[in-house]
Amino acid sequence: MTPRRIEFEILRYDPDKMQKPEFQTYLVPCEEDWVVLDALNYIKDELDRTLSYRWSCHMAVCGSCSMMINGEPTLSCKSFVRDLPNQVCIEPLNNFPIERDLVVVLDDFLGKLNSVKPYLIPREKKSLEEGVYLQSPAQLKKFKQFTLCINCTLCYAACPQYAHDENFVGPAALALAHRYNLDSRDVGRTARQDVVASNLGIWECSFVGACSEVCPHGVDPAGAIQQAKIASTGDYFMDLILPGRKS
Amino acid sequence: MSRRPYFRTVSRYGWWFAHPRYLRYMARELSSAFVGAYGGLVMFALWRLWQGEAEWNALVGFLQSPPSIGFHLVALAFALYHTITWFNVTPKAMPVQIGDRQFPGGIIVGTHYFVWAVVSLALFILAGAGT
Amino acid sequence: MKRSHKPIIWSLFAAGGTFTAFMIPVMILITGLGVPLGLLPAQTLDYESVLAFVQHPLTRIALFGTIFLTVWHAAHRLRITAHDFGIRADRVVATIFYGLAAITTLVALVVLALI
Repeated sequence: MTPRRIEFEILRYDPDKMQKPEFQTYLVPCEEDWVVLDALNYIKDELDRTLSYRWSCHMAVCGSCSMMINGEPTLSCKSFVRDLPNQVCIEPLNNFPIERDLVVVLDDFLGKLNSVKPYLIPREKKSLEEGVYLQSPAQLKKFKQFTLCINCTLCYAACPQYAHDENFVGPAALALAHRYNLDSRDVGRTARQDVVASNLGIWECSFVGACSEVCPHGVDPAGAIQQAKIASTGDYFMDLILPGRKS
Repeated sequence: MSRRPYFRTVSRYGWWFAHPRYLRYMARELSSAFVGAYGGLVMFALWRLWQGEAEWNALVGFLQSPPSIGFHLVALAFALYHTITWFNVTPKAMPVQIGDRQFPGGIIVGTHYFVWAVVSLALFILAGAGT
Repeated sequence: MKRSHKPIIWSLFAAGGTFTAFMIPVMILITGLGVPLGLLPAQTLDYESVLAFVQHPLTRIALFGTIFLTVWHAAHRLRITAHDFGIRADRVVATIFYGLAAITTLVALVVLALI
């Protein structure tokens, strides 16, 4: 088959030379089975080696090749060119500062991820000799879908509340907090609630649901946040009725 | 090589035109304007009823007018959109797990629609028969 | 960070959202469209029969619950919608919408107690 020629309009930004980002167009002969990342690699190899973008696994596992493709937050390794028109607009991920070309600054997201303690906080630490923390399939099922998050931050690019208030903890971090809160081996919920149940945590979310729509792994951050709202509301009234109770 | 991150701005007023999913969201949120207005109208109607027969009949007369019918038709459309969007996300907010199996969300949503249809039909028939 | 007091208003929003989803469409159909569109007999809205219906203790409670949940659900959602429309004076917006909801609730309470 002859390659299809697709025009890629790519938003370029070089902090050393440019005041603001500008579009640059590349004509790429694309093979039928290519994804957008293949086209970017073609540009880098054959047309313009100054183009910067992040990628690693090329199989929707690492979560680093996130970008806006025709206005939609997408993993470029998961976006087949056969599903795209002859003109494709590529921009760095929305709602993040641009470091260079398609590379964005992720410091804010990483800080938020850290703030919800996204790791197991067990009741008592076991040594290696004492063995593993046991869990039944039913207990695993409760949170399993939320473990599929690859921190690609597409959900942050889709979220209008994050766009308007960068202090919002945001979908992926809150979903991961929920994932550990639901884990039978974990007792860290009280510690996480200071961030999760604050005004800038779950309560900043208005359930637009865009995060869940763009998630490449079918994780449902919007659902997680609503579940956390219900649980936190229960806590709030229980604390009113029984002040100082152990949660 | 220097670091000078570029910050893009998001339109504060018109952002929701950027994608159809944001338009759907705003339509869902705006349903509350009509639902709330209808709640206010029920309060107003009770107040007129309390005032007396003449005031009540004036209100009933207004209810027959084209502006009132127009408002109620639009309010009904938004109220239905609210119902649909609310029921459809129930399994996301309140998932049910039995043992190690997820209870199908479709059944939760379907049950909502079924109960809703029965209650609505019953109330409508009662309203017609009660006179 | 400080734990939020939002659960107070959010629980009303959520309860109201569920209630209105079930009840408001059919109520609009009965009170606003049934008679003018000829779906219900004209006497449905007769003063005597409506008054007798409203004066029943169970109806009073049901109508108060309806108004209370409906307006608080709407007030909270409208507060957020104002923010979505780019209005950042959240304190003013909240005061207006919650104030309207409070007044409506209060009037409904008084009318339903005395009617």
